[in-house]
Amino acid sequence: MTVLHWATISPFLLAILIPFLYKYVRPIHTGWFVLVLPLVLFIYFIQYLPITSAGEVIEYTVPWVPSLGINFTVYLDGLSLLFLLLITGIGTLVILYSIYYLSKKTEKLNNFYVYLLMFMGAMLGVVLSDNLIVLYVFWELTSLASSLLISYWFHREKSTYGAQKSMLITVFGGLSMLGGFCLMYVMTGTFSIREIIANVDLVTTSALFLPAMLLILLGAFTKSAQFPFHIWLPDAMEAPTPVSAYLHSATMVKAGIYLVARLTPVFGGAAEWFWILSIFGIVTLCWGSISAVRQKDLKSILAFSTISQLGLIMCLLGLGSASLYYGYGTETIYTTAILAAVFHLINHATFKGSLFMTAGIIDHETGTRDIRKLGGLMTIMPVTFTVSLIGLASMAGLPPFNGFLSKEMFFTGVLNSTELDIFNMQTWGMLFPVLAWIASVFTFVYCMVMFFKTFTGKFQPEKLDVKHVHEAPIGMLISPLVLGSLVVIFGLFPNLLAYTLIEPAMASILPNILGPDDRFYVNIYHWHGFNPELWMTIGVIGVGTLIFLMMKNWAKLAIYQKERDPLNWFYDHSLSGLISGSQFVTRIQMTGLLRDYFVYMSVFMILLFGYTLYRYDAFAIDTVNITGIDPFMWILVIVFIGATVVIPFINHRITAIIVVGVIGFLLALFFVVFRAPDLALTQLLVETVTVVLFMLAFYHLPELRKESFKPRFNIVNLIISIAVGALVTIIALSASALGNEAGFESIAEYFIQNSKELAGGYNMVNVILVDFRGLDTLLEVLVLGIAALGVVALIKLRMTGREDV
Amino acid sequence: MLHTLTRVVTFIILAFSVYLFFAGHNNPGGGFIGGLMTASALLLMYLSFDMKTIKKALPFDYTAIIAIGLLIAIATGVSSMLFGYPFLTQFFEYYQLPILGETELTTALPFDLGVYLVVVAIALIIILTIAEDDA
Repeated sequence: MTVLHWATISPFLLAILIPFLYKYVRPIHTGWFVLVLPLVLFIYFIQYLPITSAGEVIEYTVPWVPSLGINFTVYLDGLSLLFLLLITGIGTLVILYSIYYLSKKTEKLNNFYVYLLMFMGAMLGVVLSDNLIVLYVFWELTSLASSLLISYWFHREKSTYGAQKSMLITVFGGLSMLGGFCLMYVMTGTFSIREIIANVDLVTTSALFLPAMLLILLGAFTKSAQFPFHIWLPDAMEAPTPVSAYLHSATMVKAGIYLVARLTPVFGGAAEWFWILSIFGIVTLCWGSISAVRQKDLKSILAFSTISQLGLIMCLLGLGSASLYYGYGTETIYTTAILAAVFHLINHATFKGSLFMTAGIIDHETGTRDIRKLGGLMTIMPVTFTVSLIGLASMAGLPPFNGFLSKEMFFTGVLNSTELDIFNMQTWGMLFPVLAWIASVFTFVYCMVMFFKTFTGKFQPEKLDVKHVHEAPIGMLISPLVLGSLVVIFGLFPNLLAYTLIEPAMASILPNILGPDDRFYVNIYHWHGFNPELWMTIGVIGVGTLIFLMMKNWAKLAIYQKERDPLNWFYDHSLSGLISGSQFVTRIQMTGLLRDYFVYMSVFMILLFGYTLYRYDAFAIDTVNITGIDPFMWILVIVFIGATVVIPFINHRITAIIVVGVIGFLLALFFVVFRAPDLALTQLLVETVTVVLFMLAFYHLPELRKESFKPRFNIVNLIISIAVGALVTIIALSASALGNEAGFESIAEYFIQNSKELAGGYNMVNVILVDFRGLDTLLEVLVLGIAALGVVALIKLRMTGREDV
Repeated sequence: MLHTLTRVVTFIILAFSVYLFFAGHNNPGGGFIGGLMTASALLLMYLSFDMKTIKKALPFDYTAIIAIGLLIAIATGVSSMLFGYPFLTQFFEYYQLPILGETELTTALPFDLGVYLVVVAIALIIILTIAEDDA
């Protein structure tokens, strides 16, 4: 266990301590104890910056299940470090924020911080693991922790609904991802990502390439809220705001992005990968931004905005994967998209985190997040206003903030992609810039809506529950201020990040295409001259402003009034349909009627044996060994058959009992004929006792039911019983014939020869029963004893409560 | 009439059942059939006389008889283990006994006795329990 291993699991260790700290150190807000850990981790991880920016990687292995190739291997390169810094950095800020957001008096802080630490540890594990199975374990832990956090206020119905939904969707994806990982193991024989990338030829040439890719992408898409799996994210907004800021904007939803980026060296370069990522990304981008415009709740707007921005990053990763195709190399035209993706990933984490925090502050101070109730907060909450303005401007893509730069690079990326001469991009590639531009317009619109509805206009205190609306305490403002200033700093000096974070991350996403001394060209400038990207941005601003000004006109549209995503309809209906459908299927078969179950058993037997007979052509009949039949045998058989056939047509129970007795006595006669005196005697006596018992049971039938019954005639039952009878006959004939054919010697000879010598008895049957096979007899007697005691227990012990029976 | 007949017939049936039981090793019969036969003799008594009288005459706890029968059967099996043979190994030997002359004595007999006792007891228990049930 190296320091890195301990760092990965340290949040889990601290989580164990939290309940004790919460219980025994009540005067201090538990969050302060938690705050130390991500801060220390952040500082610790920063020390790796020089190492990764020099292009070196760190790898330590601790065996976990070595026999299955599952090892807890931490692997730290540019991409991991970028995510580690995001997780710990924003984690620190979020915990600081939550200390002021969640009240020490009213909230169960121990739960909150245990879940949050669990999440943080899981997330560190996801980005540090080199082993796919370990990655999967941590991946599911993030799903679990996320659901726990969403349902933090578990007495609210919406919270549990959101938690269940996110759990179902992300675990669905997680499990399919596990399937994909297993396929990777099948192809390469290793779970290590490093080794898989080293043996990438095995993957690309395999027939399992596409299934594995689709399964893994399913996992990444569900986690990263890509269309159409994005519907869990808006419902996850029921979580406390620090959770939304941390999980659902900066970290967990980027786990899918991480996975895609991490596996780009494996799958990138394939046309399917390129198209799936790009198309789903761009659709998610458009869908999210258009849906965000309709929202009236601050956090819902941010949720859909997160969806749309994640789509943007996903789309860029897809477009950028083209650079792995045929080794197109390091030319900027191919790698710009990856650069833009990494850059936007950082930017999005900063501005979305700060926006969630300001939304939380507004909620905390005014008691509502509904933009129809808010307004005119500009002068009341000046700091929140400033931070929000910065965040929204950055999200909308305005200079001089970092969002502007990444949006410009996004446009560059999609414009470049139209120049690609692979994957039919010449024909369909033109759609990407158009869709990207439309999505940007809507992004601009919802940013304006959010800004103007919240901070400008008339302050409406009468709609608010809170009496004195005022600025948040300074502690709550620190975190959004830090993130807001990062937005500005990264906006003004983007090259701070260029060779420290972005370039190493790009090197991880696109390995093996750089020469030994090559570097990716990462220089981010504000001013590129009057290029198409700039005109697109100007167009976005112009059209967006126009749409916002005409809001009165289009706000009347019916679609605008609907906030919920229409795809929820499919989710809700498929969930309730699944339940009612499975109930329906269960009800069809589980009728609770024994006769139906008996029919199933018989039909199953008929089908199984019938098919087996047919399949192996097993029917055989042996005419050689048939002996002659005596005339009295014929009479016996005819009487026997007659008595049997008569039973179903008998209308009185008592008659039926007597006829059954007749059959029993006939059977005893058969035994006599076939020279089995012991059997005949036993059969006679048992039959007598049974008939007596039948009579007793008949006597005890309740009065009401005593009317003579008429067996219902049912053609299906008739067919089934005939089929069963025929089948058993055929099997008996075939077994006899095949047994003769096989010519095995009967064991009977041994008994005949040895019964006198070895057991001292002439009655062979009895000798077999008590001597040769005495154990069977012993256990049969035991069965009889149990049956007798059972009868006693049933009749003598009349328990009153249902439980006692 | 019934009572008188029963007294005679029961005696005959009981005697026959004992014969069946002992004859089992060499002729048709054995513990199972003997047991059933005994049970039917006793049932006949129950039918002709009333419950109380028979209970006074046969003060047996049939549940205990099941246990005794099983114990005898198992003990027979275990006893062979004491001499180092597998469970339920049976032995037989010929002895000169007074009155009976040369007789074969076999450990299968106590085993059959266990079977006999259990069969008698269960047949009676089942039928008497159901018959006595007046609920």
